[in-house]
Amino acid sequence: MSFGSFQPKNRFIKWFDGQLPILSLMHGTVVSYPTPRNLNYWWNFGSLAGIFLTVQIITGVILAMHYTPESTMAFDSVEHIMRDVNYGWLLRYMHANGASMFFLVVYIHIFRGLYFGSYKAPREVLWWLGLVILLLMMASGFMGYVLPWGQMSFWAAKVITNLFSAIPIVGESVVRWLWGDFSVGNATLNRFFSLHYLLPFLIVGVVILHIWALHIPGSNNPLGIDAKGPQDKIPFHPYYTAKDLFGLSVISVVFAFFIFYAPNSLGHPDNYIPANPLATPPHIVPEWYYLPFYAILRAIPDKLFGVIAMFSSILLLFALPWLDTSKVRSARFRPIYKQFFWLLVIDAVVLGYVGANPPEGAFILIGRLATTYYFLHFLVIVPIVGWLEKPKPLPESIASAVLGDKAEG
Amino acid sequence: MTHKNPCIALLIAVALVAVGMVPALAEEAHPEKQDWSHQGPTGTFDRGALQRGFQVYREVCSACHDLKYITFRNLGDLGYSKAEIAALAAEYEVADGPNDDGDMFTRPGIPSDHIPSPFANDNAARASNGGALPPDLSLIVKAREGGEDYIYALLTGYRDAPDDFTLGEGLNYNPYFTNSQIAMPQPLFEEAVEFADGTGASVEQMAHDVTTFLAWAAEPTLEARKRLGFKVMIYLLILVGLMYAVNRRVWKKLKQ
Repeated sequence: MSFGSFQPKNRFIKWFDGQLPILSLMHGTVVSYPTPRNLNYWWNFGSLAGIFLTVQIITGVILAMHYTPESTMAFDSVEHIMRDVNYGWLLRYMHANGASMFFLVVYIHIFRGLYFGSYKAPREVLWWLGLVILLLMMASGFMGYVLPWGQMSFWAAKVITNLFSAIPIVGESVVRWLWGDFSVGNATLNRFFSLHYLLPFLIVGVVILHIWALHIPGSNNPLGIDAKGPQDKIPFHPYYTAKDLFGLSVISVVFAFFIFYAPNSLGHPDNYIPANPLATPPHIVPEWYYLPFYAILRAIPDKLFGVIAMFSSILLLFALPWLDTSKVRSARFRPIYKQFFWLLVIDAVVLGYVGANPPEGAFILIGRLATTYYFLHFLVIVPIVGWLEKPKPLPESIASAVLGDKAEG
Repeated sequence: MTHKNPCIALLIAVALVAVGMVPALAEEAHPEKQDWSHQGPTGTFDRGALQRGFQVYREVCSACHDLKYITFRNLGDLGYSKAEIAALAAEYEVADGPNDDGDMFTRPGIPSDHIPSPFANDNAARASNGGALPPDLSLIVKAREGGEDYIYALLTGYRDAPDDFTLGEGLNYNPYFTNSQIAMPQPLFEEAVEFADGTGASVEQMAHDVTTFLAWAAEPTLEARKRLGFKVMIYLLILVGLMYAVNRRVWKKLKQ
């Protein structure tokens, strides 16, 4: 299923690639890579995630040249970036909103995997690597949010690091070790800056493994069936490079809208108040992309079990390839699973809404119901539906489905 | 169709609970939306309002409130000339030093100086204000829920406390502030300033102008941002069209 390997005409390139076949590798990855011919627009979000990671790294490296990771100067240095650094406001708004875009495209990418069964054999390791990337992203995003050292930065750092105090016996010591002090302070800010700079490069490393693991079995596709022959696949370039660039241009409009016209809409006004350890904000809320997990944390009345539930909500996804008992990948041929998939999407949105609101009144009950449903979905519904459901007949091949039935979307 | 039942039942259950959930009534009044020259995708700051607002800040707010991220040279954005800014800066005494003898001294301000703070430090500010710290105003518009509308509502929202309301000692009634009581006494009164451009100095006018000024102080790059945004959007929309055409053309080859 190869579309002709890399055969350069230039003698220098030939000589170089003979000694270090990095150009062959690149060619195999983004040019000749045999790709199913029927990928829809939901498949754009993987490359978009890679692009937003790059945006974050480039803007972040430049911001770090002007930022001061010291607790009495951090807030001022961010204002210095906003006011005095040439296009500093642009870099900072790109970085702050870029984080939201990165999470948005990654969440869509994950839900696409859930819908089309991309986590199933032979792609379990690929799925795991994706989850590792998500965990690293969440850690980097949290530490990045602390750096401006505003009120929300400080109190988010306090709340999140305090979660570790739930660990029996050694909890308090672990928290002091994380802080590097007896409270969140300069030592904490310094190490968060160091780690916030480090983690994205670890993400790059895992992304490379993720792409490597993708290219062994090849991409899944909306039909969820394996490619049977060359007629089912097309080279990545020009077909998917063109499609990805079109998708990139569309999402850039959304990104630009936030940067230029609503740059603070996803942030919290309290983070424009300098950190004050003596004044607790009335509502401490994380960034939107953590809200569903925050809701799960608060749904459980016990601190330790709340923390366990929150971490389990992601860790459990590592077992998903085995929890799902259905052999059919794509939800298109799984009439019952398809409906539960959309219920899970609604459940995630409800959890996010609950996470954004103070835990009082009906929000407590809704939060608990939605949390219960989240775990129910993966631990009970997915395994049982896989057994009970009678899947629709699968098409003969990708090519026959695409070329025979134009209604395919 | 039996498989649909559990999903629908759950949906209905969630919806029922959601309907029964009425958000807790906030204790504070909700600020009304005002018109601001700088809102909207092409909004720019009204230069007249900026200059009048700066005058209100200087003659009223600056008695207690700092504006620490603003330098005199930044006031060029308000439409003042370099000479006007140099003259304005020179009216202030700025602490400097140490000199070659190791002594601190004061000198007239220059355009690169920050606007001096009304108090030497936070403790001095608290001591002069009954224990309350007047916040720095440089970012106040971005640091409050409701932004400009909230600041305007707060400045114009002072009134007599209702009979059944017990006001804390040294506090003033203002329905827009947390718990409806605020340490800051009413700052603006009719004709508190005499505007250089002859605009009538009603409380609403002064509140509107000083809020516009503070919105600028919170984000002096707002106009540059919207100007660049417009160009970027045009560029991107054309790019979307081109990429759409490229994509279609590339895939057409495959279908033939």
